[in-house]
Amino acid sequence: MSTCSVSKGCFVFKPSPKKRRVSQKTANDFGLKNNDSEDSELRFVTCQSLWNQIKSETEHIQEDLNKQLFDNLVSFLRQSHSEFQEKTTEWTCRMKSREIPTAALVLGVNVTDHDLTFRSLSEVLQNNITPYIALLEAKDCPGIKNLMQKLMGQLMNCYIDVDSLEDEDYVQVSQNRIRCSMSSLIDWYESVTKKTDSETPSKKRTSSSRHWQSPPVVVIFKDMESFTTKVLQDFIVISSQHIRELPLVLIFGIATSPMIIHNLLPHSVSSLLCIELFQSLSCKEHLSTIIDKLLLTTQFPFKLGEKVLQVLINIFLYHDFSVQNFIKGFQLCIVEHFYSQPLSVLCCQLVDTKKRVNYLSHDQCENIRRLPSFRRYVEGQVSEKQIALLTADSCLKEVTLKLLEDLHVYHENYVSVLRCLHVFTSSLPKYPLGKQIRELHCACLENQVWETEEYESSLQLARMLNKSDLVTMLQQCVEIFVSSSGKEFDKTVEKLKDFLTQFQKLEDHKTLHEIVYFNTASVLREHLNAAPRIALHTALNNPYCYLKNQALKSDGGSISNKAPDICIVYKLHLECGRLINLVDWLEAFSTVVMAAEGPNADAASSDQVDDIIHARFIRAVSELELLGFIKPSKQKTDHVARLTWGGC
Amino acid sequence: MPNLEHPAYPAATLLHLESLVPCRESQVSMLLSIFGERQQFTFPSIFIYGHTSSGKTYVMQTLLNTLELPHVFVNCVEYFTSRLLLEEILIQLQSCCSETEQTSHVPCDTFNDFVRLFKQAVLSRELQDQTLYIVLDRAEQLREMEANILPAFLRLQELTDRNVTVVLLSEIVWELFRPNIGCFEPFTLYFPDYSIGHLQKILSQNHPPEYSADFYAAYINILLGVFYMVCRDLKELQHLAALNFSKYCEPVVRGEANERDTRKLWKNIEPHLKKAMQTVYLREISSSQWERLQCDNGEPGQLKGLSAHTHVELPYYSKFLLIAAYLASYNPVRTDKRFFLKHHGKIRKTNFMKKHEKTSNHLLGPKPFPLDRLLAILYSIVDNRVAPTANIFSQITSLVTLQLLSMVGHNDQLDGPRYKCTVSLDFIRAIARTVNFDIIKYLYDFL
Repeated sequence: MSTCSVSKGCFVFKPSPKKRRVSQKTANDFGLKNNDSEDSELRFVTCQSLWNQIKSETEHIQEDLNKQLFDNLVSFLRQSHSEFQEKTTEWTCRMKSREIPTAALVLGVNVTDHDLTFRSLSEVLQNNITPYIALLEAKDCPGIKNLMQKLMGQLMNCYIDVDSLEDEDYVQVSQNRIRCSMSSLIDWYESVTKKTDSETPSKKRTSSSRHWQSPPVVVIFKDMESFTTKVLQDFIVISSQHIRELPLVLIFGIATSPMIIHNLLPHSVSSLLCIELFQSLSCKEHLSTIIDKLLLTTQFPFKLGEKVLQVLINIFLYHDFSVQNFIKGFQLCIVEHFYSQPLSVLCCQLVDTKKRVNYLSHDQCENIRRLPSFRRYVEGQVSEKQIALLTADSCLKEVTLKLLEDLHVYHENYVSVLRCLHVFTSSLPKYPLGKQIRELHCACLENQVWETEEYESSLQLARMLNKSDLVTMLQQCVEIFVSSSGKEFDKTVEKLKDFLTQFQKLEDHKTLHEIVYFNTASVLREHLNAAPRIALHTALNNPYCYLKNQALKSDGGSISNKAPDICIVYKLHLECGRLINLVDWLEAFSTVVMAAEGPNADAASSDQVDDIIHARFIRAVSELELLGFIKPSKQKTDHVARLTWGGC
Repeated sequence: MPNLEHPAYPAATLLHLESLVPCRESQVSMLLSIFGERQQFTFPSIFIYGHTSSGKTYVMQTLLNTLELPHVFVNCVEYFTSRLLLEEILIQLQSCCSETEQTSHVPCDTFNDFVRLFKQAVLSRELQDQTLYIVLDRAEQLREMEANILPAFLRLQELTDRNVTVVLLSEIVWELFRPNIGCFEPFTLYFPDYSIGHLQKILSQNHPPEYSADFYAAYINILLGVFYMVCRDLKELQHLAALNFSKYCEPVVRGEANERDTRKLWKNIEPHLKKAMQTVYLREISSSQWERLQCDNGEPGQLKGLSAHTHVELPYYSKFLLIAAYLASYNPVRTDKRFFLKHHGKIRKTNFMKKHEKTSNHLLGPKPFPLDRLLAILYSIVDNRVAPTANIFSQITSLVTLQLLSMVGHNDQLDGPRYKCTVSLDFIRAIARTVNFDIIKYLYDFL
């Protein structure tokens, strides 16, 4: 266990609670705030099932995306040592120095996503190539000794896992007892491969057909950049000496560019390797696929609003390039939506909607009546209808059902029309409406896209397209419409434009959109793009914001003596320069604190500061130091140096 | 007429030995005279040095194996701690005498233990009257172990009072080994580099069975003509020779030329070898890829080498962070005002240039800068407002792990961390171009 704390001390690590208990607790949490009339239980179940569907869908997508890469890697690994096993007598093979087969796997800078890729990679390798796989991380291998320990630990454990019952004495041998050297690794390898050879045919037939006689040992360096050169060099030199006895294959996980191999390894070492390059799909393409399959589909009833989607995409493009984080953010949206919106119970597949609408409680009906989009809808109706909608629950339910069905139809058409529009806009010069379909999607969610300037200029540009281009584009549109399950569409441009105007209606105007759209971007931003410095500043500068104590309600710039000591000290230090005189600071602190005690106090203390105040001051200052605002200065002994500047 | 002569060994064995170590006869005969007869004591320690692949390891191994001298051969890189090294020597000693049962592994933590266990091991052997050789390959690693290991090995004969000689093999000179406190001076022996003639002779020795020796020798001649300038590593040359030989034979196989047609063969292979020098020799593409290309007769141009993939895709703010870091690393602090303040006035370069700043900052390399300066520059070069969120800070750390930035003096995390930008000008210009930022305009060196 480790902590990210920078101070020494005792840390309590509570055991992570079991999975089931967590989910039950969340269910209760859903119910705690809202009473039963708001279907909290049903909402929780819906949320769970929706998330499970999306999760399995994303896993499926990722599997597909990595398939090509993994196939290439598998075939590389298959060939890597087979050459030497087949024709050891041939002259060329005898003369060639035997290099270590190495795959340089370029994965992109989104390091957080690599874990998942490596996990599925080792799964694939385990199923197809070899049971002997070790995953090494730079932080575990500061020296060659640690690397060997880690490597042997992982490899030998996998051996133990394979047939745990047969070799009990091997299991009992503790880690330190095995000599941590290549020769013991070779002994181990010989013993395991021999064992599988002499195994009774009935038992091991399946595994030996999957892995050949002497399967390679795959060592994966997860983060090549972080390894020190010395460790890598030593390991490569050692293993190249034993490549004949131990068929090693290395996989370098590279986040930046394959140049790093030459930066890290001198020629004498890199000449021991037979390096081939493998590149994974770029993360932007990955994201496009995810958005395409998760958001631009009618498969899932849940939708993201424009602002929320923009926040998620911005975090991706501006900060981390991590598809995993995008999906996590999406998950947060789902949970938040189902938690905060009582009517989200209706955010389900269309087949279930009818039943759920019928079971709505009176409170829920009131909730519907309160929805802004529904109120707009009601205002547009004739007066008798208005009264019916506002008073009779049954009438309301009927209309609600119909509106939800409309919304669903709208979405079906929306996706197809969006794709058609994208066919046009993506081929225009300068891309006035964006190159990617996600940009277009955001533009359409934001407002009436056909009223924007960009749309106008797109149309003008589209008019200038030549005939053959136009025909191919229309062909593509036709294909989209044919494949879509929506209504039938006509094939002429005029009709297309009709559709554009007909269906590109803003969700805000679509009645009951609140049920399926999650649009609270601020919540999301707060959770995903936290600003710790701002939060800390707010807490210290304006404690009322977090403590909610009426006495702390500050009336402007003045320093209240009711505030916690650390806040007073913090506020005082904001007024200082780079170096702070501790004596002056203490005096200012005591003045602020004494202000409470009134005029009679100052007679008692005169110029001598009270011991208790002194102690409080020291504690507050050391707390500030712990938070990283100040540090002791070597320039002047009775001064401390400020470490932060600016508003936050 | 054999060059090697020694009364202790039969002439046939010596002749065989000589055929195995071409171009190293003088060194071998020197070693033989130092070793003397089997039972004679010899130098306590011998230090052999020479450049990479000058045959040190090979000669020692062949010598000891052919003459069947009792020996232990250990690579110090592989046994990276003193404990592993000493234990390995003992294990090899035990396995030397096959008649005794494999005893269980005995821990050996200190050199004192080693001397004791070594004496036991030698005692149990029947070959007490023969000199035992302990060869430590890549001996430069010994310097990184405990201080007593190297001096003790040099005096092992004296410490154990047994007939033992330690041979150290290294690529660096003895002067770099000598400890401050002094130690027993070993006998040093230098293995010179193979000359081009030597290389020609050694490489031609192993010709493929289906072609004549002359034919192969001509090929080696061409190969050395191309590669001798850049590479004298025998192993590497042998590898390259094996890789490209099939291409050399191509005209002969197709019947377009016979084996004596040297000029035609040269014209065929020379450009190919030159290409190999730029690609497979530098490990830009792998040997197996090279062979596959040869089979398909494809152009190596289709296959991009490792260095061709320099492009790194970064998130938007990471790019600006990197640019800001580059500016902070290469611009003097005083010039920040001039570059990043709106109304900086007209300051001419010559006016405020100090004497030492006349040299280009790019020649001096990146300078460290504090986090605050990095953020200040970032805020001023990004168009829209950037909030100092956790994501921004974690991106800085990510850049450090990607080795695009490096942290300077990271002893205290709170003590205002300082960074350096480690990317090249070309790299940062490529990055800046993707965000439409004219970095040259902001660099003091290019003012």
